[in-house]
Amino acid sequence: MARKRILTALITIALTASSLYILERLLMPKYVSAIVEGSLVEEYYSEDKNHDVIFIGDCEVYESFSPITLWEHYGITSYIRGSAQQLIWQSYYLLEETLKYEKPEVVVFNVLAMKYDQPQKETYNRMALDGMRMSLSKIRSIRASMMEDEKFIEYIFPLLRYHSRWSELTVEDFRYMFRKDKLFHNGYYMRVDIRPVQTVPKGRKLADYRFGERAYYYLDRMVELCKENDIELVLIKAPSLYPYWYDEWEAQMEEYAARHGLLYINFLELVDEVGIDFSKDTYDAGLHLNVTGAEKMSIYFGKILRDTYRLKDRRSDPELSRLWQQKAEFYYAMKESQYRELEEYGYLKSLGARPPESVAAE
Amino acid sequence: MLFASYGFILFIGLLFIAYYSIPKKYQWQLLLGASYLFYYFSGPENLLYISLTTLSTYAAAVKISEMHRVQAQHLASHGDEMSREEKKAYKALTKSGQRRWLLACLILNFGVLAVTKYSNFAIVNINWALETLGSGARVSFLQLALPMGISFYTFKTMSYIIDVYRGRYPAERNPFKLALFTSFFPQLVQGPISRFDSLSRTLFEQHSFDGRNVSRGLQRILWGFFKKVVLADRMLMAVNTIIRNPDTYQGIFVFIGMLFYAYQLYADFTGGIDITIGTAEVLGIKVEENFKRPYFSKSTAEYWRRWHITMGTWFKDYLFYPLSVSGPMLKFSRYSRQKLGDGLGKRLPVYVSTIIVWFTTGLWHGASWNFIVWGLLNGAVIIVSMECQPLYDWFHGRFNVKDSFWFRLFQVVRTILLMSAIRMFDCYRDVPLTFRMLGTMFTRFNIGALSLEALLGLGLGLPDYAVLLLGLAALVWVSLVQRSGSVRDKLAGKPFVLRYAAYYVLIVSILVFGAYGIGYDASQFIYNQF
Repeated sequence: MARKRILTALITIALTASSLYILERLLMPKYVSAIVEGSLVEEYYSEDKNHDVIFIGDCEVYESFSPITLWEHYGITSYIRGSAQQLIWQSYYLLEETLKYEKPEVVVFNVLAMKYDQPQKETYNRMALDGMRMSLSKIRSIRASMMEDEKFIEYIFPLLRYHSRWSELTVEDFRYMFRKDKLFHNGYYMRVDIRPVQTVPKGRKLADYRFGERAYYYLDRMVELCKENDIELVLIKAPSLYPYWYDEWEAQMEEYAARHGLLYINFLELVDEVGIDFSKDTYDAGLHLNVTGAEKMSIYFGKILRDTYRLKDRRSDPELSRLWQQKAEFYYAMKESQYRELEEYGYLKSLGARPPESVAAE
Repeated sequence: MLFASYGFILFIGLLFIAYYSIPKKYQWQLLLGASYLFYYFSGPENLLYISLTTLSTYAAAVKISEMHRVQAQHLASHGDEMSREEKKAYKALTKSGQRRWLLACLILNFGVLAVTKYSNFAIVNINWALETLGSGARVSFLQLALPMGISFYTFKTMSYIIDVYRGRYPAERNPFKLALFTSFFPQLVQGPISRFDSLSRTLFEQHSFDGRNVSRGLQRILWGFFKKVVLADRMLMAVNTIIRNPDTYQGIFVFIGMLFYAYQLYADFTGGIDITIGTAEVLGIKVEENFKRPYFSKSTAEYWRRWHITMGTWFKDYLFYPLSVSGPMLKFSRYSRQKLGDGLGKRLPVYVSTIIVWFTTGLWHGASWNFIVWGLLNGAVIIVSMECQPLYDWFHGRFNVKDSFWFRLFQVVRTILLMSAIRMFDCYRDVPLTFRMLGTMFTRFNIGALSLEALLGLGLGLPDYAVLLLGLAALVWVSLVQRSGSVRDKLAGKPFVLRYAAYYVLIVSILVFGAYGIGYDASQFIYNQF
């Protein structure tokens, strides 16, 4: 009798828990159309984890470098663990988590995030954190990122956060409950459309140009973490024209890099050298680079990486070559598909989401 | 700490584990600690007020009780030697001493309530009077926060001290037990206003884990959360849109707002009481019911016997009856009977007591003229219906409809509409505006303005209305089932799969359809403000 009751209780608990999990999967945003950036973080887990270079940071990394180009030109394997408006503590904990899966030679961090010393917006927090697998790094990142009105438990059980989506569910929510199509190219978010720069915005005067203590604290920890793991840390500033990058910020980064013996490259100062043409290489008037811009950046930066850190050309590895060949096929299929889309509609209707043709090409 | 919060769920979860893990003799001490901790979360400074009320009530009650004991002892040993007059004089002397302690305690505790709750309301009126008289002088407002649940715990302790004074039971000798009675956390938010003799029976007892009790308590908590989080907090959005935009929403929308608020308040208040009773039940403690399907009442008087029952009985036992038999009221009764005869002359003192009680009830609900007018209107409706009794009797003598379903339905609907209309004084910012808005229901009803688009403009989407309608159906169904016994008892007799399905639907409804989290304003229970 007692055994039967225990069994019934266990089955009941299991049924309840699994159905709640299914509900949670259903109600969570899928980020497979319109705002696809929310899928960036989780896509990493389904990839191979053997990279020479890991990029971390905000949109300026996942729009400025193409790992496929780095592979094709230098045989460097890389992955971008980026997310929209990724804050420095989120970058730090993402790196901490990544190092549990693999040990890259080089980590590249985009320093724009230094401007934020406090959590900014729940939407971006969610895009950076929801996709992370449960780990101590994730818990620490949540704790560091939460806005005043956010609740820790709602990150642990996202059903509590997204329950109100029940009235706006679409077919997409059912289709992608448990499986999503690949959207990115080793963390690179492809956009082929062009929106030239018309005017270069001037930065408005700030009351205080010093980066915050919290930002420095996590940068210090990042330096420390890389040192402990014998990884070279490179600081970069991507060539985005805005948000405005102040001379005062630049001076602080230069000073920091010099003090810690780090390589720091401000690509805003190398626009001509890289060959960036802001009338062609950006899809939103200077905020982000498009695919041609990202490829130019990758060619330029790949050479630095190869020469400075003596990264091996791994194209001779047959297994890796096969793997990257598949990635490249997907890359070019999507590129072609986006160009077709541009031609057909005059704009990128899918906003870089996966068009049906590219699925077939994978 | 809000009931409808993760913190509260964690709080009762941890308390539950600790409660049934420690030796039973320490259970009530643990509850006292938990209650003070719960109260601490509402603001540490509030602990001062509740401690002051507890200590003063304890001291006065012990003193009064001691006088009862000394008197009884004295009369037992010397009663035979005393004449009737001597006994009377001795008792009067004791009573006078007891009355002094009682009055001191009442003045102190109602004084604390008055200062924290009503001083700024008084200042507003004083300043208005000064301005009207052309004086430039103004009284400054006091910066005092209203301690959570002060109206509830003050009423609990005052009923206790009055009962001790009346000799109904002896004073509690353990100050910590009295502290637990005063601060028992599930009741701090919005009652019920328990009496010491009934609550203490189970509050200080030792409780063994009883799966059935715990399960019943959890069911009650779930049902409460459903009413609060899924229904009341969802309806809140539409109610707020209507009452905060009186220039836009008039006529038919005031009517809609009135019905919506009736729905919201019922779900909010009864939901809160369900959580209170359920939480107590989980801990093995029995708290009395505060509602008995009030929207099925056929008259205002019946409604008030079924809505916030413990408040109604408090006012009846500790204000209406003492007032009715007080010296001045008996004198007035004699005078009115002399002047107006046995009919109206007999009823008039009852009406005066009724009006005083309802004025106080209104004031208890909130420090504003809105609540005072709300209370007075309730009293007025009760008096008018008492005055109309001969008319009703004539009608029922003439037409045999009293027991017909349709007539009873008419009475129920009439009571709901009347109570809901009066309740609008809770909502609008002042009395003239409330009268103006209620007036627009008659002058600018404009049913044509009520369209689907307009309803969607109230902040609720079609799915929300669907949830509210289904919720309403569930509330009505549960109330109908309750007429023949407890829903939980009936459910307990059903097969496991059916029971599981019922709980599962309830849990999922709360989790998915609940109006909580970012995008929704976390709202206090409405009665928490009283």
